[in-house]
Amino acid sequence: MCGLCGVLSPREHWTDGGQAGEGPNGRSVAETRRRERANQVRLANKVLAHYGLTLADWQGSSFVLSNRTGASEIIGHFGALWPSAARMAKRPCDPLDAALIAGLESAP
Amino acid sequence: MTYEDHIPVNVITGFLGSGKTTLLQRLLDDPGMADTAVLINEFGEIGLDHHLLQRVDEQTVLLKSGCLCCTIRGDLSDAMRDLYGRRERGEIPRFRRLVIETTGLADPAPIIYTLMAEDVIRHHFRLGNVITTVDAVNGRAQLRRHGESLKQAAMADRLVITKTDLASERKTASLRAKLKALNPSAPLLEAATDPISAEALLTRDVYDPKSKSAEVARWIDAEAFAAPGGHAHDVNRHGDGISAFCLTFDEPLDWTAFGVWLTMLLQCHGQDVLRVKGLLNVLGADAPVAVHGVQHIVHPPVHLDAWPDADRRSRLVFIVQGLNPEDIEASLLAFNGLANSVAA
Repeated sequence: MCGLCGVLSPREHWTDGGQAGEGPNGRSVAETRRRERANQVRLANKVLAHYGLTLADWQGSSFVLSNRTGASEIIGHFGALWPSAARMAKRPCDPLDAALIAGLESAP
Repeated sequence: MTYEDHIPVNVITGFLGSGKTTLLQRLLDDPGMADTAVLINEFGEIGLDHHLLQRVDEQTVLLKSGCLCCTIRGDLSDAMRDLYGRRERGEIPRFRRLVIETTGLADPAPIIYTLMAEDVIRHHFRLGNVITTVDAVNGRAQLRRHGESLKQAAMADRLVITKTDLASERKTASLRAKLKALNPSAPLLEAATDPISAEALLTRDVYDPKSKSAEVARWIDAEAFAAPGGHAHDVNRHGDGISAFCLTFDEPLDWTAFGVWLTMLLQCHGQDVLRVKGLLNVLGADAPVAVHGVQHIVHPPVHLDAWPDADRRSRLVFIVQGLNPEDIEASLLAFNGLANSVAA
């Protein structure tokens, strides 16, 4: 298991700690996390579309990654997303790939 | 207990014969090092007189599907758990800091990974900083010939040049220049002439409330990366393929987009990202967030109370092997733009 993974022992990921908790908008920490999680899924899906994959939240505790043939995999932790995505896509998920960058730049 | 309250761990590394033990010996004489436990790989010829000294034998356990930098150091994990257990049972004094001296050939990444990933350890310990000794006589040759030496220097938070009394001024100056280019934001000290104190080397780190702002300001010190004009300052492309550069972003960054991007970047290229650290202007946040990582490992982000200076741009420092700064910048901007389109 790699440094960004935590499937066997789900735990907080570093990306969970970037947003401040309860802010002036009065949102609770739980609400901030829920919104952050929904944003993660929406944004990751924009990238995953390039690989023919989709991500869905699963009860606020895990994610489900699926491909177009219906195969799916439970992702226990956001940090474990990319190794699984690369496996399902059968190619590296490289954010420096010029084709991916061009695709993201032209995304609606 | 917050992450900041965990016991800080300092890693002293450096190539064979580069003076790690001598440096440690000097540091242990500092009154600021009271209540410090020490784990050491090899007992050298220089005696260390310390009441909390323990030896660890280097054994790494490569996890299934793991890469080399993501290994749990089994020996280290056992020794740290044992030390913590004895501390809690009152068998040894309640040490407030732990110093680990590595072997000369050690890659610091698995040590850092052990601190971050081992289930018991990560709840009680946190990384303080990495101090790397480089020998003025042989340092340049070691950096050229040995990948371990290069990684030790690139991952350092503090660099200490040793044995300057045995080297010519020209040789020392050449080594300084090489280290400055390799790791521009790490303070560079000379053991023979600069004050070697716990405060200078060990106690100031990014999770220490008193020093975190100054530490982050040092990371992004514009002068260290100064280059005329340009957006991304690539201060050096070494023959070894390593380059250190600072990217700046005028617009605030979306935290979610940044998280998706960095997670993906490190999954794919973590072995080539020796260090990443920076200060982010996060969209919707008043104060900046500091992030830092080593290879595949990212530490918990640090919320600063205020900006260190008037500059409100996000700044990210990278030390990478074989990656192109322009590609990294274009990629992050594309991901950040995506956040805007998702929100729209």
